[in-house]
Amino acid sequence: MLSKRLIACLDVRDGRLAKSVKFVDTKDIGDPVEKAREYYQGGLDELVFYDITASSEKRKIMLDVVEAVANEVFIPLSVGGGIRSVADATDLRLAGAEKINVNSAAVQRPELIAECAEAVGDQNVVLSMDVLQVPRSADIPSGYEIVINGGRKKMGLDALSWALTGERLGAGELVVNSIDADGTKTGYELTLTALIAEAVRIPVIASGGAGVPDHLYDALTDGKADAALVASMVHYGDYNVSDLKRHLHDRGLKMRMSW
Amino acid sequence: MTIIVDYDAGNLHSVRRACHEVGLTARICADPDELRRADRIIFPGVGAAGSAMRSLAERGLDDALTEVVAGGIPVLGICLGLQISLAYSQENDTPTLGLIAGQVNRFQFTRPELKVPHMGWNEVRPVLEHPVLAGIEPGDEFYFVHGYYPVPQDSVNVYAQTDYEHTFASAIGKDNYFATQFHPEKSGRVGLRLLANFAKWNGELGGNVK
Repeated sequence: MLSKRLIACLDVRDGRLAKSVKFVDTKDIGDPVEKAREYYQGGLDELVFYDITASSEKRKIMLDVVEAVANEVFIPLSVGGGIRSVADATDLRLAGAEKINVNSAAVQRPELIAECAEAVGDQNVVLSMDVLQVPRSADIPSGYEIVINGGRKKMGLDALSWALTGERLGAGELVVNSIDADGTKTGYELTLTALIAEAVRIPVIASGGAGVPDHLYDALTDGKADAALVASMVHYGDYNVSDLKRHLHDRGLKMRMSW
Repeated sequence: MTIIVDYDAGNLHSVRRACHEVGLTARICADPDELRRADRIIFPGVGAAGSAMRSLAERGLDDALTEVVAGGIPVLGICLGLQISLAYSQENDTPTLGLIAGQVNRFQFTRPELKVPHMGWNEVRPVLEHPVLAGIEPGDEFYFVHGYYPVPQDSVNVYAQTDYEHTFASAIGKDNYFATQFHPEKSGRVGLRLLANFAKWNGELGGNVK
């Protein structure tokens, strides 16, 4: 059977690593290539780069980072941030990205998902969703709303319905990122993750809120997620990738244990 | 010279990078004549069987591949490359190359807990010895992405198995041709080990039942 996956997400701004807390106050925490190498050697199952570079003229730097990482890290590499067209997706694929993450631009123009799926294959298009808990309403029956622009703009779009739309348009995987939980270290938003994972047939990656190893276990069991995404837990040396995998394995989850 | 066959079926640069990492210099190429002059070939690919076969035929690569495999040089198929080396694929109802007897079927995904496609890390259990699988141990996991799986007609062509909806052949081979359903270029150290084995392989078999 498939193993559960541990995925690390590296936010990159102007070619340097940054970690965002609730999507504001980003700070520089090092060299993305060096971190990628460290995580790969520690047994990481998949790597996500998220480009939070503000200006489009600096996007080329990201392609260089992706290429440098792809030359020495031989696990699936996923890249997101600022992908607005098939050309953006293709550039990243040529630089060495296996998968393409779309987010805000897909909310504004959902056909982007189908266009990217056609160009790079369904299985390589990941739809990242930033989700905020709100009161249930006629427009937002699940009580979870899609937000964009790093969590600053509410879209009046129900998260569950958006997940199903994304799947129908050809997304191969969903990242469910809770804006409420992001950066809190109090655990993933399990209700949201399970709600979406049980509604779709594509894999779901839990994101936002991990603080201790058992949070990952919870996301992969009660949260019904296929993969757990971590960032600050491993970036600052609080935990390392190998120990997290061993912990999940010891608690009875099927993990890839030889690397 | 090692050639990675280019037929518009996915991103071949990750295969080239992984080859480079194990010291195998490979060139991405779509010219059938160059294929005929190669001394080692990698036949990768992701995508659909129907468009892949059309693309191979348009470039004259289908005949060239059949010839070079018959000629005895080591050839490694990966993912879609494996699938179109069998005789028929349910995907787009496509007749394929027929280098190995058998066909490719779609996973039925009857159990709701199974995600579509089979994507992620899964165990590859060698069932026959093969030089390209040297050093691969039971429990080693490789990265898969596919919705269809190979069904070789003869079990003598099955070199490794993997469990998903049911047990399927995840590595197959015949004489100087060997192919994996998984992606060694995305499978970390064990994947690189497999590519390094292929780089050294002379195309001949040991082939005793383990």
